[in-house]
Amino acid sequence: MSSIEANGKTYETDEEGYLADLNTWDKDVAAVMANIDDCELTDSHWEVINFLREYYEEYQIAPAVRVLTKAIGKKLGKDKGNSKYLYELFPYGPAKQACKYAGLPKPTGCV
Amino acid sequence: MAEETKKFMYINRKAPYGTIYAWEALEVVLIGAAFEQDVSVAFMDDGVYQLAKGQDTSGIGMKNFSPTYAALGDFEITKIYVEKESLEERGLTLDDLQHLVWEDEDEDWAEKDSIRLVSRAELGDVLAGQDVLFNF
Repeated sequence: MSSIEANGKTYETDEEGYLADLNTWDKDVAAVMANIDDCELTDSHWEVINFLREYYEEYQIAPAVRVLTKAIGKKLGKDKGNSKYLYELFPYGPAKQACKYAGLPKPTGCV
Repeated sequence: MAEETKKFMYINRKAPYGTIYAWEALEVVLIGAAFEQDVSVAFMDDGVYQLAKGQDTSGIGMKNFSPTYAALGDFEITKIYVEKESLEERGLTLDDLQHLVWEDEDEDWAEKDSIRLVSRAELGDVLAGQDVLFNF
């Protein structure tokens, strides 16, 4: 078991850096996770992260990237519901990277 | 070269908890959906309980994954067959099951029913028309 530190707190993660327990998530740990990847979280990132957390809350799974793209397009507008926009925000793969910052497990369907 | 689309059918026959089949099947369905095949899902025998409303797993220490069935529409799985006889044998009707829908992007996200109630004979015809069957 690995862990990361944010604001004096310790968060347990798996080997790939996903939170072991999604209930331990907060905005501080999200920002630290992003820093590790040299990524600064903007409002646009938070929009996607918050969307993912709501999606998980409702359906108990993280959406695959195709589903995420479509759902973002519906919720936030067509200009954001495309993989170019999402890959610019999350270059390591929108589903994987954004789910990690959102404290969710790796999306079902991600190999 | 265009990839060939095959008709995949996942058949769910077991109660949701007590064995891992139902959850594993659901994960396989969701993973399979990423490959853009023509996917259908069927619920028969005790498998119809997987779609039952109001599941509460707090007493058995398992995750209640029933909310995940409502995500099938997002994964473009829009053909969900429920066998009529299996419901009747268990004293259930469609009203005891979750109302599953998918949203049609081409019609301004109009909600459409995903569940198709079919008789055992009709389900047999559906199965006969598939390329690949997964039995859980």
